[in-house]
Amino acid sequence: MAKSYEIRLSGSGGQGLILAGIILARAAVIEKRRVTQTQSYGPESRGGYSRADVIISDDEIYFPEATNFNCLLALTQEACDVYLYDLRDTGILIIDTTFVKNLALAAENTYELPFTDIAQEKLGSPITTNILSLAFMVQITGIVKPESLKQSIAESVKPAFVELNHKAMELGFELAKNYKK
Amino acid sequence: MLKKNTKKAEPKKTTKPKATKNETKLDELQSTRERKNVLMQGNEAVAYGALDAGVNFFAGYPITPSTEVAEILSAELPKRGGVFVQMEDEIASICAITGASLAGAKSLTATSGPGFSLMQEGIGFAKITETPCVVVNVQRMGPSTGMPTSPAQGDIMQAKWGSHGDSPSIVLYPDSVKESYELTIRAVNLAEKYRTCVILLLDEVIGHMREAVRLPDMANVRVINRIKPTVPPHWYKHYDENQKYLSPLASYGEGYRFHVTGLTHDSHGFPTNKSSEASEMMERLRKKIDYNIRDLVQIESHQMEDAKIAIFTAGITARAAKAAIAMARAEGIKVGLLRPLTIWPFPDDAVRKMLRNVETVIVPELNQGQLIHEIQRLTKDKSDGNLIPIQRVNGQLITPNDILRKIKEVS
Amino acid sequence: MANIPQRIIHEYLRHDKKFPHVWCAGCSNGIVLGAIIRAIASLNLDRDDIVMVSGIGCSSRMPVYVDFNTLHTLHGRSIAYATGVKLHKPNLKVIVITGDGDCTAIGGNHLIHAARRNIDLKVILINNNIYGMTGGQCSPTTPHEAIATTAPYGNIEPDFNVCNLAIGAGASFVARTTAFHVLEMQGIMKDALEHPGFSLIEVVSACPVIFGRLNKKGGAPQMMKDFRDNSIPLAAVDKLPPEKVEGKIIRGILRREIRPEYCAQYASLVERVKVKEADNG
Repeated sequence: MAKSYEIRLSGSGGQGLILAGIILARAAVIEKRRVTQTQSYGPESRGGYSRADVIISDDEIYFPEATNFNCLLALTQEACDVYLYDLRDTGILIIDTTFVKNLALAAENTYELPFTDIAQEKLGSPITTNILSLAFMVQITGIVKPESLKQSIAESVKPAFVELNHKAMELGFELAKNYKK
Repeated sequence: MLKKNTKKAEPKKTTKPKATKNETKLDELQSTRERKNVLMQGNEAVAYGALDAGVNFFAGYPITPSTEVAEILSAELPKRGGVFVQMEDEIASICAITGASLAGAKSLTATSGPGFSLMQEGIGFAKITETPCVVVNVQRMGPSTGMPTSPAQGDIMQAKWGSHGDSPSIVLYPDSVKESYELTIRAVNLAEKYRTCVILLLDEVIGHMREAVRLPDMANVRVINRIKPTVPPHWYKHYDENQKYLSPLASYGEGYRFHVTGLTHDSHGFPTNKSSEASEMMERLRKKIDYNIRDLVQIESHQMEDAKIAIFTAGITARAAKAAIAMARAEGIKVGLLRPLTIWPFPDDAVRKMLRNVETVIVPELNQGQLIHEIQRLTKDKSDGNLIPIQRVNGQLITPNDILRKIKEVS
Repeated sequence: MANIPQRIIHEYLRHDKKFPHVWCAGCSNGIVLGAIIRAIASLNLDRDDIVMVSGIGCSSRMPVYVDFNTLHTLHGRSIAYATGVKLHKPNLKVIVITGDGDCTAIGGNHLIHAARRNIDLKVILINNNIYGMTGGQCSPTTPHEAIATTAPYGNIEPDFNVCNLAIGAGASFVARTTAFHVLEMQGIMKDALEHPGFSLIEVVSACPVIFGRLNKKGGAPQMMKDFRDNSIPLAAVDKLPPEKVEGKIIRGILRREIRPEYCAQYASLVERVKVKEADNG
């Protein structure tokens, strides 16, 4: 594994990306690794742009913002268009085809699934799209262990929502295991 | 040659908090937060640092990107018998923490640019009356409402010169979540020790960033409390000139019945129009900072031993600089970083040494040129060509690559 | 209370330090200071437990003369400073001395929010209808058409009814009196000091040197006579025909009610939270 692994989770406000970033970062803390999590968003709590960066490393992390991603998750077309150029050549791109219809560049390792539609159909609400896609990403990249993610979710969301989010997580893992390129 | 990391710890001796009448015992107030490795936000670290330093009074007004400090303290202070109050505006907030401090509280407020501007008159009052308090300013893009959720380092000069009249400042500037915790404690300690309003400047990114942090055990946290007078009330001088500019401080309700005024005052605190007493007061405010520079200044010297190029910057931009230095050194370029943790008083001596030892200084900052003026002030014998600015004010950070490009240009 | 001897006042003053005072001959501030001290003396309050806080203006110079814990703050901000003192040490009696400009113009926001919180501050607003210290500028209580140095053609603005403002904002004790009615003033101050909640006392007062001259009020004695002749006690208002009430200063306790005081509310919040914590832990 690379010494330092940079992840950007991107989309629009209200999609729960900052929470997803926190959950991923906390999973890394559980594994006693170094981590920074930063975010950038508009002043509104809904709509507008939103992104969360997570850097996981075994060494001291100097600059906390992801600049050259090992992995990019894009849940909106706009986010995909803007951030795709900063994905490394070998980087992994994960897109939500519910909203991302065009790719400006052909990324080598691209994974496409309609995460929002799947969350709506299988889990009854698009609200779990963040955890569904995050679990998918964790399974594909192996950046943290599935059990760390599970524990992190339990520590990060309100008790009433743990079960729903764990269900979304399991579904994300399944989708990744069964994914055919 | 600069000493590597001259970070100075607080004096070794832990001053045991004295519980006086009407005051809550500090032991009860300190954070009960778990001391294990946890993911923590910068603003959260400020809140827990405040609690661990013994802050028992917070008055504030919500403002992005500092609001988390108020939110956490609104939950935590009542548990410890401390006071949280949301005031009607930032002016009222700085006034309330100053009033509470005079009644014996360790007090703090947190705000951002617009609120910091509103507080300036009150900060001047806390300074002239030598009342301990801490103002945390999580900086955002300005001027005016600007970009509330975007980072900028535009308040460096305001933190020094914001209030009218000359009033020497103590301003601290962390670059990580852990350091936000540490410097909050230090800010509270310095406020108590030097009887002044200490300012903690955070970058928006630092305030909102999360990192893994293990808070130290309380036994390892050094807390400084103000010196209380031991003389009988009729001997008490609120600004005792015989105490090396660090004079004991009584609280309201303890029998001392002293007077506090924002007017220029004599050593008892009574207003004066005599020019001799006015200059004595002004000198006192200056000297208590100037004579204690060594205690106040903290700098980090990173890979400066053999550096031909130095980067001078603070906060989040120093993190970009460190990443750039790692990349440049991989290519054999000798470059280092000098980072002030205390931004005011300015580390003149350390900067002079740096200037003697390097050929070029790069000053990246998220403003249109503030820190660089201080370097210029100390750069009499260097041509302007050796002082390279990198400035950005569009809400985006200066990245490691931006700095690396500049390093390569000048190397 | 009238039989409190004169020397009592001296006992409460820093008479060896800061006299002579800054107030002009004929100014009402000294009358108000005397009434405050006599009210405090009549209640046997410990001087160590009294904090007097003020802002900027003629009346706000009062704290320097009295032997209490004293705090002379920024223009308009006395109530905010006082809030900090009171919240940290609720056992202290916190008295705020303020003027019409200090309290209702630059400090208006703090006044209404302290009243809304019902925090136990005793705000004594000495209303002389003008900015006296700076030479006679128009204030929010300068009467309509009165002359001020910044209203040389007469004030075109309506003036504030400060007591109504405080009542509207939620103050639980509101009273008005004049500098002429000294005994009434002392009584009201004593009642306010004993009232558990935000208290505002408006003392209509005379500034003969600035306001009086600008508006040809005929000097201090005449202004005092005018207070006597142009004011009526609240109790008499209902018995008089409306035309006799019109334009008069209504004196007396205009609002006195018991409702939860802020420091007490905060203390009970702390108890509630601590019990919850103990249950959880």
